[in-house]
Amino acid sequence: MAAAGGAERYFTRWYKPDVKGRPCEDFCVLQHSNRICVITLAEAHPLLQSGKTIKSINYQISANCSRLQNKVSGKSKRGAQFLTELAPLCRISSSDGEEYTIYSCIRGRLIEVNENILSNPAILQEKPSTEGYIAVVLPKFEESKSITQGLLTQKEYEEVLLKRLNSSS
Amino acid sequence: MSSLTEKDRPIVQLLLNSGTCPRCILRFCCVGSQALYRHPYKDLMKDLKEFLKNNQEKEDTVCSDVVDPPCKRIRLEPTEEGPDDLNHNGALQQIPSVNDENTATENSAVKVCNVCLGILQEFCEVDFVKKVCQKVNSSDYQFTSFVFSVSLPPQLSVRERAAWLLVKQEMGNLGLSLAKDDIVQLKEAYKWIIHPQLSEELGVPADGKSLFEVSVVFAHPETDEECHFLATACPDCFKPAKNKQSVFTRMAVIKALEKIKEEDFLKHFPCPPSSPQNLCVALEIQCNNGAVFVAGRYNKYSRNLPQTPWIIDGERKLESSVEELISEHLMAEFKADSFNFSSSGREDVDVRTLGNGRPFAIELVNPRRIHFTAEEMKGLQQTINNSSDKIQVRDLQLVTREAIGRMKEGEEEKTKTYSALIWTDKAIQKEDIAFLDDIKELKLDQKTPLRVLHRRPLAVRCRIIHTMKSEYIDEHHFRLHLKTQAGTYIKEFVHGDFGRTKPNIGSLLNRTTDILELDVEVSCLLFIFLWN
Repeated sequence: MAAAGGAERYFTRWYKPDVKGRPCEDFCVLQHSNRICVITLAEAHPLLQSGKTIKSINYQISANCSRLQNKVSGKSKRGAQFLTELAPLCRISSSDGEEYTIYSCIRGRLIEVNENILSNPAILQEKPSTEGYIAVVLPKFEESKSITQGLLTQKEYEEVLLKRLNSSS
Repeated sequence: MSSLTEKDRPIVQLLLNSGTCPRCILRFCCVGSQALYRHPYKDLMKDLKEFLKNNQEKEDTVCSDVVDPPCKRIRLEPTEEGPDDLNHNGALQQIPSVNDENTATENSAVKVCNVCLGILQEFCEVDFVKKVCQKVNSSDYQFTSFVFSVSLPPQLSVRERAAWLLVKQEMGNLGLSLAKDDIVQLKEAYKWIIHPQLSEELGVPADGKSLFEVSVVFAHPETDEECHFLATACPDCFKPAKNKQSVFTRMAVIKALEKIKEEDFLKHFPCPPSSPQNLCVALEIQCNNGAVFVAGRYNKYSRNLPQTPWIIDGERKLESSVEELISEHLMAEFKADSFNFSSSGREDVDVRTLGNGRPFAIELVNPRRIHFTAEEMKGLQQTINNSSDKIQVRDLQLVTREAIGRMKEGEEEKTKTYSALIWTDKAIQKEDIAFLDDIKELKLDQKTPLRVLHRRPLAVRCRIIHTMKSEYIDEHHFRLHLKTQAGTYIKEFVHGDFGRTKPNIGSLLNRTTDILELDVEVSCLLFIFLWN
């Protein structure tokens, strides 16, 4: 009855692998039938591999822009920061000195960033597809179907994973 | 014509000469006797002419006899021009039939009044009354009274103004004054005449508060452009509005007439107004019954039924809906044009409504039938319940419009009772869920659920779970009964909605949880007073 179980039952999974050419930095966009999208890390992302510890998460992506200051009002979410596909959402540093930028992957209005991972970074690694989500984005009504054009379906992503496996062996 | 006095004579003469009908003349003479207006047209004309002759006679002779002996009548020549006289020959025959014959030929040549454009002439006659009643009877409405509403063309206000200015001037010459408010309003006089006739023909009384409305729209295309001069004189009164065909609405014209100066008016509009060629036309006669309200409670037994029709891009996604299943039969029985369904709260497509049922009300718009006995309502309820097993209704009854307001008010105060079937990823034992029963008044912070976030503002809602009672089923399932504050998102309380509802069952049990089934029981203590 409950396949994945929990809140993600009504979402379709879309993938963006190797963002900005960085190997295995894959993201998964959960798209609800009502257009709302949740940005998450895909299983293959380096931050989710064993041995990685998160040192810090920073939503201040530039001198003038902090995702934490995003404020939306009303049904149409006025005042939201507008995101393009490669707009950074946050920067995460791991204890081994690496730094990773998390990107929006889709165009739309930023509704909220997940503040729970600030207070408890562990859930990002324990439950990346639910409580450990990065952000919620609402695409424009006219673009709600076209945003997935730049993304891969579950099947297509699995082929990418397979290719990686084969090429590394 | 005992209502008219000496001082009215010049006015009567003036208006009659300019082409004004007897009833409008009476109005401008401030005659308030309703019965007088109901006299037949030709009688009124006759009486007016006599009144004038009487006074003329008084000037000619010393005789102060008010009643005219026939010989005197015959002697006098008709000197007035204007609406055709009763008798071309100037001599009135005594034999009624001949009179009637003459009047019949004369009536066919009756000039259209230059003030009312025929409203107080042709449209007071029995033929028009019959036409209206025919429309009413053929429309098959149930009613116990009626209100008759009339829409007059705006140029009537302009002509009324011109006639008033004419009369005012004449009165002024005689050292008398005439206030605009003393003149009998055209619509008022019209209703004095036509209401009794309609009432007689339809068999029910006229009542201003009646829910059954018979409306007539009059138009006079020949003179439509008469209002246009007002636009140049008072341009700010005539702003084009998106959904209005003509800028010259009745209200706009009346406003402009209030503003315009007398001299400007007289510059642009003939005084007295000209005689038109044609009568007004009655554009449409419409009937409308005020809405009736049917209320009750419904139970929903389907997990696949939306509240309202679910249609996206013209395609119906799920068959039928709660409102359609209930309203279908009501629409047929009441023979209404349309309906508006409202309920005290609502539930999701996949949630059942148990218990006493959810209160609802349906507004039936323009119903043809309005009277139903308690027995008939019971029968209707049975018909609805027999037609579908997805919903059942009870306490179906006719209510007033006020009842709906009270129903909506009650929404906030309710405590809701739910029953949820819950799945867990990791195994559970009875002991693992027992502690839920002891939690009282649990405070939740619920962010707007993702599933409705596209159409609701982002906010955090504080809600309370009053009590819970768990029922162990197996290692991965249990049933949870909850009593919560109104407006709590139960599904999100169970699965956590990406951690955006805190705390949640998943966090309390330290597992991943999901909701498989949800039932709601609506407690209706408040509504025992509303419905029987």
